[in-house]
Amino acid sequence: MTTPPPLPLAMLAELTHRCPQRCPYCSNPLELSRRSLELDTAAWLGVLDEAAALGMLQIHFSGGEPTARDDLEALVEHAENKGLYTNLITSGILLDRQRLERLARLGLQHVQLSFQGAEPIVGDHIGGYAGGHAKKLKLAAMVSDIGLPLTINAVMCRENMHQLEAMIDLAVGFGAQRLEVANVQYYGWGLSNRNALLPTRAQLDQATATVEAARERLKGILVFDYVVPDYYAKRPKACMGGWAQRFLNVNPEGLVLPCHAAQTIPDLKFERIGDRPLADIWRDNQAFTRFRGTAWMPEPCVSCDKREVDWGGCRCQAMAIAGRADVADPACELSPDHDVMLAIAEAEGTENTMDDTDYTYRQIGGST
Amino acid sequence: MSPRAVIVETSVPRLPRGVRLKHDEVRSQWVVLAPERMFALDDIAQAVMQDVDGKRSVSDIVDGLAEKFQAPRAQILVDVTAMLQEFADKGVLET
Repeated sequence: MTTPPPLPLAMLAELTHRCPQRCPYCSNPLELSRRSLELDTAAWLGVLDEAAALGMLQIHFSGGEPTARDDLEALVEHAENKGLYTNLITSGILLDRQRLERLARLGLQHVQLSFQGAEPIVGDHIGGYAGGHAKKLKLAAMVSDIGLPLTINAVMCRENMHQLEAMIDLAVGFGAQRLEVANVQYYGWGLSNRNALLPTRAQLDQATATVEAARERLKGILVFDYVVPDYYAKRPKACMGGWAQRFLNVNPEGLVLPCHAAQTIPDLKFERIGDRPLADIWRDNQAFTRFRGTAWMPEPCVSCDKREVDWGGCRCQAMAIAGRADVADPACELSPDHDVMLAIAEAEGTENTMDDTDYTYRQIGGST
Repeated sequence: MSPRAVIVETSVPRLPRGVRLKHDEVRSQWVVLAPERMFALDDIAQAVMQDVDGKRSVSDIVDGLAEKFQAPRAQILVDVTAMLQEFADKGVLET
């Protein structure tokens, strides 16, 4: 007898992989989906119907840049009509005031806006888009002015770690309610650029101290979410709240994924929206059942008292570092591969000077 | 920037924009939906949050609960104030 799996709480809807920015840490896969392959509006409306029926509570519209799709309004309106809480995860570069007001009127609940630095030189360099930082500043002010709740996502890497304090000040200045101090996670393009992005141990310690002090100082004013790079962790993160436990991801082409990096694991067989009802895909698609729960776990996970807390960490990271997905996340100090991760941090998390050639910027058509 | 909301007996708490109380039909529970977070409510938290309407003060809410649960008002005041302060510090309540 097996108990039925829990039902998903939230969906990451990756509407498109298109994006004006070219961030070298992007979590999208190296093989980006082309516009011609994207789900159409009717298909996305159907996904939202299925998500609501399945008991999902929140929809995160993401990408790429979700505002690159001109049907975002229709999707937000439909999701809200279905009682789904709508969140827009954006670079802020394509949104003007008229469109933002329209989205707010249709029920959009919250905006998460990314920043790559506290000022344009670093911000535009990391984002790979000249003038991007200035547009983000404008959008943040508009979001505040309209009265929509705002999260600033400060994406941290070696080049901008020294601007963390200033990024906190920016968030407070905009009246943001939340600040994600999100160290880059090393999947997709981020993994390709790890050597240029990974902060030093000293930088990370400084950032941790900065966040702790600011969190205390700004209690009740700004909520902090702090994500450290796994390469300096002792225990793994509960990636996605556990594989196929809480979340699912629909990519631009309609592939239903347990997480946004799942395509890096070779033996998973994904299904597409429309192949079968979403409820069935969630329940028994091979990619979801493969690592759901604890049955797949080897040692040290299977006998660990944290096995249903961190769920063995991240499968994609195990794949990337240990070469196979069915072992403990090497971020865990109990993993036999943990020293590999430490060695990478030591070798790559070093001070070096930056120039344009250090990043492989994200682009359609894969890395060159 | 708005200052930290400090919850006292005379405070009139309300849900800020972007935060909503919802009955989750599928799981038969009440949840607070907030920016990129959600909180499942136990029976007590639900009873408190149902009364957060931007009109009733903490004192009113506590009166109602003391009556409903036939429990000592002083203790309920302490518990409810602490709970609402915690929600305020998580950004899901304002005054």
